Amino acid sequence: MAFEGVSEKLQAVFKRLNSRGKLSEADVKEAMREIKLALLEADVNFMVVKDFVKTVSDRAVGSEVLESLTPGQQVIKIVNEELTRLMGGEHAKLDFGNQKPAVILMAGLQGAGKTTMCGKLGAYIKKNYDKSVLLTACDIYRPAAIQQLQIVGEKLEIPVYEHGTQNPVLTAKEAVAEAKRKFIDVVIVDTAGRLHIDADMMEELKKIRDAVNPAEILLVVDAMTGQDAVNVAKSFHETIALTGVILTKLDGDTRGGAALSVRSVTGKPIKFSGIGEKLTDIEPFHPDRMASRILGMGDMLTLIEKAQSTFDEKKAVEMAEKMKTNSFTLDDFLDQMEQMKNLGSMEDLMKMIPGMDSSKMGQAQIDEKQMARTKAIIQSMTKAERHDPEILTASRRKRIARGSGTSVQEVNRLMNQFNASRQLMKQMSGKMKKGKRGGFPFGF
Amino acid sequence: MEKKPLFQKWKTGLGKTRTGLLARLFASKEGINEAFYEELEEALILADAGAAVTERLLDDLQTIIKEKKIADRVSARNELAGLIAKAVTTKKPFSADSGAAVVLIVGVNGVGKTTSIGKLANSYHEQGRKVMLAAADTFRAAAAEQLGEWAKRADVAMVRHNEGADPAAVVFDAIASYKAKNCDLLLCDTAGRLHNKANLMNELGKIRRVIARELPEAPCETLLVLDAVTGQNAVAQARAFADVCELDGVILTKLDGTAKGGVVISICETLKVPVRFVGVGEAIDDLQPFDAELFAQALLANDAEA
Repeated sequence: MAFEGVSEKLQAVFKRLNSRGKLSEADVKEAMREIKLALLEADVNFMVVKDFVKTVSDRAVGSEVLESLTPGQQVIKIVNEELTRLMGGEHAKLDFGNQKPAVILMAGLQGAGKTTMCGKLGAYIKKNYDKSVLLTACDIYRPAAIQQLQIVGEKLEIPVYEHGTQNPVLTAKEAVAEAKRKFIDVVIVDTAGRLHIDADMMEELKKIRDAVNPAEILLVVDAMTGQDAVNVAKSFHETIALTGVILTKLDGDTRGGAALSVRSVTGKPIKFSGIGEKLTDIEPFHPDRMASRILGMGDMLTLIEKAQSTFDEKKAVEMAEKMKTNSFTLDDFLDQMEQMKNLGSMEDLMKMIPGMDSSKMGQAQIDEKQMARTKAIIQSMTKAERHDPEILTASRRKRIARGSGTSVQEVNRLMNQFNASRQLMKQMSGKMKKGKRGGFPFGF
Repeated sequence: MEKKPLFQKWKTGLGKTRTGLLARLFASKEGINEAFYEELEEALILADAGAAVTERLLDDLQTIIKEKKIADRVSARNELAGLIAKAVTTKKPFSADSGAAVVLIVGVNGVGKTTSIGKLANSYHEQGRKVMLAAADTFRAAAAEQLGEWAKRADVAMVRHNEGADPAAVVFDAIASYKAKNCDLLLCDTAGRLHNKANLMNELGKIRRVIARELPEAPCETLLVLDAVTGQNAVAQARAFADVCELDGVILTKLDGTAKGGVVISICETLKVPVRFVGVGEAIDDLQPFDAELFAQALLANDAEA
């Protein structure tokens, strides 16, 4: 939580070193200490960290520092690339095999979130693959576990098969038979949470697997898991040969280093993540985005994607045109603000920006009420005033303040802001004309 | 050393995956050198002690080794265990042990809150206490049913509402029932919540205020349930819960696995709260009072001794 982004720390290290041209071994060594600490703080397994740091150092020593990047950014770039490579680049889709019904077996430690995830996954499959689903209650140990799955099923309008506390191997078999009879496409089997060192329980899991021949065998892992994630994943993988992993509770503020550990010991992709308490809070897992989260660099990609889907492309082109011709008006200013608002709450946005960790949120919160006042001011102007703010005399400003329920001071402040951003636009369009690369605005 | 069942249970877990790393480490005839510290670092990190705590513990150990002129690895290891034990030791007694009290159980999702309450209820019931349970997890499907099952097993009373009810109202009613039935221990279950969800966290503050208002005479302790498998995020969890409902202690669950729960060292130190209980299995009597020495030993245990 209160953890400085590794990006900033690296910048600080290299500022001291003041490297030019190529990265020396000494530069890299000091940087690697920061990387190592960041990864450990993120709960990436110690052994995985060791291997990782070695790979990155080998690549970084002697590598050219690109002109547009500082040495710190260059190392971050290599780290990010290697992390993404380790996490497995693409999002891995569900595999339903060629048997009907397709069986998905869910396994994991106690409290990882299997039962809830069974419901979420069922709803996801129903919605996105247009397949019918049957949930199967094979947790006969935890009190009220069967009931929990039934309630989840009821809420989602997905049928649940249960046969009390009889041997779960039999229940799983019966569920598949039931699905065949009713032409249901997918059977999701919820199993009891178990310790990976509990030989009897692991044997039971193996028997369930052998009885239903699953297309997917998914390990459900809590994103907050620490160093032990490696032992857990390894044991489950050795016993039942996983096909994938689901990471739960990713809506917390954990860095989620367990994702990297699990991926590196099983070699299997993380397919989904649980991101909230609601039964619709499930998302396909994007390995590339996890890399920057683990490093504490925020989720730039999600932010960029969100921005792309929200910003009107036509308007963006118009805006670029305006920047070039320097005809940016107050109407455009308002427009821009509105588009920003469409992106979601400021708080959510800030969280995605690297370096904006939650501890700093307190000071950096943007006042949405202020935005509403700004809007009122601009809308209290005449069309002519909005197009040519130069004509705003004192008496006009007074009228605008009255009309918007604000004060002249506030109108003045807004005009100063507007002029400043206009100035900025001018500078930026100047750069664009020269064809120079802008570089990333956020340090990375 | 006398083998207590708890220690054995911890160790069965430990022995199974720890591939003799520490056995090699401590059995080695070599003295104390760079490699020794490196291997200790690895052991502490793998136990989730965290990079900062590990560094500090090893610095302190180095000082002691110099001061006491320790040359063998076994004595050095015992010194380290002593340092760890000291970090998690508390002298403050658990208020529920000395009379009427309220215990509020909080934590993130899936750490074992409901199970821990069931076990606590059973243990205090067996000690002759009159226990009342408040099923204030009104969010998770079938949570009240799960607690009800434990109440039945432990033979104690429970107050519940329907799913979706106001948890503070459940606690309010449970207090009324607690008074009417002359109980002397109220255990409140709450819904699991991620500590970065402000609204859900505020709900806990409200529950704690209801308790303070309705039962001002009984001390109230908030215990945070932590899954031993949790990594460094547990520190953030503990801080956030401490902010909204005054944390008084920790219950460390699932210690019968291979995870060591080393992150509590940092929590105990920074928040000055003790670990009260440890969970070591699924049976109703698998919750035991915390023992700092055993914890430290288990953290550094090795195959050779198991």
